[in-house]
Amino acid sequence: MTISIDPQKTNNESLQPKGWLRYFSFSLDHKVIGIQYLVCGFLFYLIGGTLASAIRIELASPMSDFMPRDVYNQVLTLHGTIMIFLWIVPVVNGAFGNYLIPFYVGARDMAFPRLNAVAFWLIPPSGLMLVASYFVEGAAQAGWTAYPPLSITTPQSGQIIWILSVLLLGGSSIFGGINFIATIIKLRRPGLKLMQLPMYCWAMLGTSLLVVLSTPVLAGTLILLSFDIIAKTGFFNPVLGGNVVVYQHLFWFYSHPAVYIMVLPAFGLVSEILPVHARKPLFGYTTMVFSIMGIVVLGLIVWAHHMFTSGTPPWMRLFFTIATAFIAVPTGIKFFNWVATLWGGKISINSAMLFSCGFIINFVFGGITGVALAQVPFDIHVHDTYFVVAHFHYIVYGGTVFIIFSSIYHWFPKVTGKMLNEKLGILHFIITFIGFNLCFAPQHWLGLNGMPRRVAEYDPQFQFVNQISSLGALLMAISTIPFLLNVFLSVRNGKNAGDNPWNALTPEWLTSSPPPVENWEGEAPLVEEPYGYGNEISEQK
Amino acid sequence: MLNKNFYLILIISFVFAISFWIGFNVNLLPAEASINAPIYDELFKILFIIGLIIFIGMTIAVIYSLFKFRKRNDQIGDGIALEGNLSLEIVWTIIPSIIVLLIGLYSYNIYDRMGGMKELNHNHEMMSSNTEKIWAGISQTSDNEIAINNLSIEASAMQFAFLFNYPKGNFISGELHVPVDQKVSMKMESKDVIHAFWVPEFRIKQDIIPGQPTILNFTPTKVGKYPIICAELCGPYHGGMRASIIVEEESDYNEWFNKNKKPEVNL
Repeated sequence: MTISIDPQKTNNESLQPKGWLRYFSFSLDHKVIGIQYLVCGFLFYLIGGTLASAIRIELASPMSDFMPRDVYNQVLTLHGTIMIFLWIVPVVNGAFGNYLIPFYVGARDMAFPRLNAVAFWLIPPSGLMLVASYFVEGAAQAGWTAYPPLSITTPQSGQIIWILSVLLLGGSSIFGGINFIATIIKLRRPGLKLMQLPMYCWAMLGTSLLVVLSTPVLAGTLILLSFDIIAKTGFFNPVLGGNVVVYQHLFWFYSHPAVYIMVLPAFGLVSEILPVHARKPLFGYTTMVFSIMGIVVLGLIVWAHHMFTSGTPPWMRLFFTIATAFIAVPTGIKFFNWVATLWGGKISINSAMLFSCGFIINFVFGGITGVALAQVPFDIHVHDTYFVVAHFHYIVYGGTVFIIFSSIYHWFPKVTGKMLNEKLGILHFIITFIGFNLCFAPQHWLGLNGMPRRVAEYDPQFQFVNQISSLGALLMAISTIPFLLNVFLSVRNGKNAGDNPWNALTPEWLTSSPPPVENWEGEAPLVEEPYGYGNEISEQK
Repeated sequence: MLNKNFYLILIISFVFAISFWIGFNVNLLPAEASINAPIYDELFKILFIIGLIIFIGMTIAVIYSLFKFRKRNDQIGDGIALEGNLSLEIVWTIIPSIIVLLIGLYSYNIYDRMGGMKELNHNHEMMSSNTEKIWAGISQTSDNEIAINNLSIEASAMQFAFLFNYPKGNFISGELHVPVDQKVSMKMESKDVIHAFWVPEFRIKQDIIPGQPTILNFTPTKVGKYPIICAELCGPYHGGMRASIIVEEESDYNEWFNKNKKPEVNL
């Protein structure tokens, strides 16, 4: 069964602003909402990046001399919260999901356009509120994990605003998740089978299941925490008989799946990008689908690996070690399949391809340290150290953020009808790749040798390595300049892209660039083989 | 095709050789100062070598594909229409599963050798009530061993300091003194927020939780002074929350202990 949405009926077009103004309106067009998510997310990325730079400046010297200690804790809390809830989650899910999913299922919009707009418009106010909390008695300073009793004893206004903001962002995420599930399951064009969907649909289906299953747990936990703070209840307050470890279980029940909410869509996006630029079908479609679902199931039962040094009994430590390590199997399958997709292709070495390959290399590294961290005896030494900081930045920055950039290079011609400049793009890749690895690779050594995370001061013997890391962070900050320059120059004077500059076969390229309001002038095409490269055109060799 | 296989084998042996060489020659870890440390380092070395093999192998595969299969200027058209290969998929499902399972079993063995699998809910001599439930930690010793040694120490953590209570000597110290080569059993509890007790040279860490005592047992093996670091964000001065553990010869330890010991009558 399919439902056809007629925009004329749901949306009085004459009242909708035209041109750039529509990006500031309560637009119901999934493409406009996608761009709203992306640009809004990128602005918060710049804020989060500024906070990261402040952290690296503070850590360039072993003394706490750049900012007051409590401000440092606010900065690291806001950095984590902004990067996760306002940049990565909204962009890999909201931005690309909204833009691409209706094309991929052959629909004219998402299943619930109004809910979609509400989900987006929850983000700017909660983000601004979070940033503004700094000016009201200071922002939250208990880390993005907000472990009680620290979160109960630090200044209250910041923590309460933080909770409210994360609740709203979680709500936005749940609305989006419901919308994606409904769109992928119910709005598929007649004749389009589930196993013919582009891989990003599967990734978003898996991700949305995780969002819908786990985010409410976070919401409930944070509501209980706010009761503890405001109403002085004792759910997590040990003074009143509460249990602090229960909070950690509840928190990580969401926040470990949150890692997959951040990386599974990236896995989907890279599966769209590699076949196009390697001119080869995606290798092992069926196993890729099953590995996504495997990651979804396993992702829900591994949370306590964040708590190996907390109050966890030995059997629990063992169970979570094995479960966590096994996630490496479906994840590994995906990486082998991507390399096999490259193998024997005719690869165009462009910015999108380079960022995707950078993603593979960085993520494999982060995955290997992840398997090591899953082992209880290994984790006990490096838990809560810079080793962990390095590990998860390899996953979320080296992994997901690289894919966000790769996707921007890939879909920019679709969205604007203009090409991005390849020279600036490759420059952007080189500076980002070097800066990223220079920043985070040395942090593994710091963690192994005794530098805990979330500190403003450290043993002077670590100064040199910290300065290398700060130099890498400087390069990462610089790398945004060629990118922003590229976007601004290309939007104004970019080379015309035509409708399908990459000769791609996925449905979003089978319409004009930029696409019309209803996505296709006529009926949506039926794309049964989104990766059918090498079939129509005979071999040249 | 012999030629092609020859090169493949050559590259694989090269990857293995370089990984083993790095694994055995590059030391990324601090000094080993407890009986846990060499066990930990053994695990680290094995994970490091396996990780290097996979990482170097994958990186070579990606860079080689980018180079070998790059589109030349005169080329048009697509690559081969290869949609998958079931036997390859089975191979790279089963081999990683076996590796992961072996690593898991091996790290279980390591954890057991560290004493992690010992039951913790025992009656801890010298410690308040017999029915008290100890939540977690690493136990290297059996109940009997704890009962006969006199090195039960009670650690308490607060913003932003550690205090070590020696119940046998009835005194409290800000520095943790322990004799070398003797099992130490430490019960830890926090006065305010969550802290963690970490000695990098011992490769051990345990959160110190308010309202729930945790236990950490360890045996130092090398005389020296090592940092005790709080690893759990505990407030503005978290980075400065450090103490020292001083591992000394038994005679030095006894001298220090007797100097600080308070007579029973003062109780």
